[in-house]
Amino acid sequence: MTDVTISHWKVETRTKASASFAIVATLFILLAFAAPLFASRSVLQDLFFILTMLVLAQNWNLLAGYAGLVSVGQQAFVGFGAYAMFALVILAGLDPLAAILLAGIASALLAIPTAFFLFRLQGAYFAIGSWVIAEVVRLALAQWKMLGGGTGTSLPREATRDMPALKFVGELFGVKSSGAGDILTYWLALLLAIATIGLVYRLLRSKQGLGLAAVRDNQEAARSVGVDARRMKTLVYLAAAFGTGLAGALIYVQKARISPDAAFSVVDWTAYVIFIVVIGGIGTIEGPIVGVIVFYLLQNLLADYGSWYLLILGLIGIVIMLFAPLGLWGLFAERTGIQLFPVRRRLTGGPVSLAKKGGPHG
Amino acid sequence: MAWLDTIIQGILLGGLYALFAAGLSLVFGIMRLVNLAHGDLIVLAAFLILVLVSALGLNPFVAALVAMPVMFAIGWALQFFLLNRTLGTDILPPLLVTFGLSIVIQNGLLEGFTADSRRISVGGLESASMALGPINVGVMPLLTLASAIAVIVGLNQLFYRTSLGRAFRATSDDPITAGLMGIQPKRIFATTTGIAMVVVTIAALYLGTRANFDPTIGPARLIYAFEAVIIGGLGSLWGTLAGGIVIGIAQTFGAAINPEWQILAGHLAFLVVLLVRPRGLFPRAVD
Repeated sequence: MTDVTISHWKVETRTKASASFAIVATLFILLAFAAPLFASRSVLQDLFFILTMLVLAQNWNLLAGYAGLVSVGQQAFVGFGAYAMFALVILAGLDPLAAILLAGIASALLAIPTAFFLFRLQGAYFAIGSWVIAEVVRLALAQWKMLGGGTGTSLPREATRDMPALKFVGELFGVKSSGAGDILTYWLALLLAIATIGLVYRLLRSKQGLGLAAVRDNQEAARSVGVDARRMKTLVYLAAAFGTGLAGALIYVQKARISPDAAFSVVDWTAYVIFIVVIGGIGTIEGPIVGVIVFYLLQNLLADYGSWYLLILGLIGIVIMLFAPLGLWGLFAERTGIQLFPVRRRLTGGPVSLAKKGGPHG
Repeated sequence: MAWLDTIIQGILLGGLYALFAAGLSLVFGIMRLVNLAHGDLIVLAAFLILVLVSALGLNPFVAALVAMPVMFAIGWALQFFLLNRTLGTDILPPLLVTFGLSIVIQNGLLEGFTADSRRISVGGLESASMALGPINVGVMPLLTLASAIAVIVGLNQLFYRTSLGRAFRATSDDPITAGLMGIQPKRIFATTTGIAMVVVTIAALYLGTRANFDPTIGPARLIYAFEAVIIGGLGSLWGTLAGGIVIGIAQTFGAAINPEWQILAGHLAFLVVLLVRPRGLFPRAVD
């Protein structure tokens, strides 16, 4: 009996909820791709904002929630990605779409020297160190007179209007180039968001993801069983720089106007992102998704109150961190046990009598 | 002689950065807490002094004396009721709570005082200067450096000569054992942050009198303070003064070449030190 039944044991991460969620998510993604058919331009622009913030939030969550690298300087990569895209379009005459991809790569390349400096700092000092790096990159790029120096510059109209992809989208939907631009950037943001979530989920389910979770929970214990903590953290840092740089470049293709203060804004690209992740639930994939929706609703609700808005957001962040450190999604998951992106490995199958056994140890 | 002047100005500027950094260094030394709202608390204290000066017509130095107990109380309460809850092995809660606090203070000040630039006037003293050999130095910058040295001497005396200082050191080394000896670590932590806020008030006096300030400049002060602490080496207050002076000199030299390079030169000096002496110039603490 033993040999036969043991082969039925299986290590699984899938749950009932996640299987049905996968179907709903697929339908939802199809609907989202079809959105330009029925949604207005302002809705698409709002969705673009939500999706790009979601990408930034997933990247920051990967850093802080999974790798324990609490960065308050991710605006370095948003700004650098955006500036790299501007440089490639304005100085090298590249198509903005190609420039976005290259800007992501440029951001990952920038992360190599910055990792070299930052990984000399531990814990909390890593956080402020990352902020220093962002300031250095901002001040250095503000010296780049070809890209407008401290006041910034705009993308040339012909570069954004004459993209081949734009003509295609415009003909497809029968809209002018400005409308087609909104559709195109929305689709790219959607693709980027899906790819980011997909890759993060894949990473977390892989052997490397298990190592990462082990390092987060107990670095010494993880290292003692052969997990190379430093290498894992460096890889996550580079990957987050790539994703954040891509998002930064995409955001600034849509904005079409850049300045060092806006592109390296700690409030826009780091504070908001941190609040999204903290409110939604740090250390989960679902958290940033919930967080970005709450963030968007709050922003619309409090848009007229100026700095009160940020003040309230800060207070909510503090309260959540103190009293519900797992965030809104964490509270929900704790009560219901539902996980939409399960990463915990469970043993299933095996002999029926064992699998169904109840009691205190079952 | 221009370069000598630049060095002297840099050293004097370093005094201000050491004042920014001393409070940060103190809090980290006792409870391993990095307060991301430190810069905003300096700006908050500067606004408090400004209000006392303009509403009550006090001399800024007197106003700072009045502000000190207020800031001590704010710091004590902040630590006792909020930040003590975040302490532990996980670095996320203290970082994220103090980051949230930074945003709250900044926007609260924006709401209360608008984004206008302010300055605390010291009645002509800000333009006074005295000859120091071949070069002239401002009286206020000289007072700043003297205050920084006085603060560091005072803190060291407090640490190594008083029973409160012994409690500080014991709690820093091992809060649980210190607790067994009748020390209440939570109260010690609250007192630490209170004292740090007194230092912050002194820093705010010189920040507000030497240049314009507005509610958004806090984070940059936090960064200078942090750089001074790291350059000096964790756990050494005299090292922090040296770190502040390194940044001050780098900034004045950067500004002498091109005014736009002032801030960048300070950051680059920090990165160079991080590259060649990752544990700072005068490392003392092991963590």
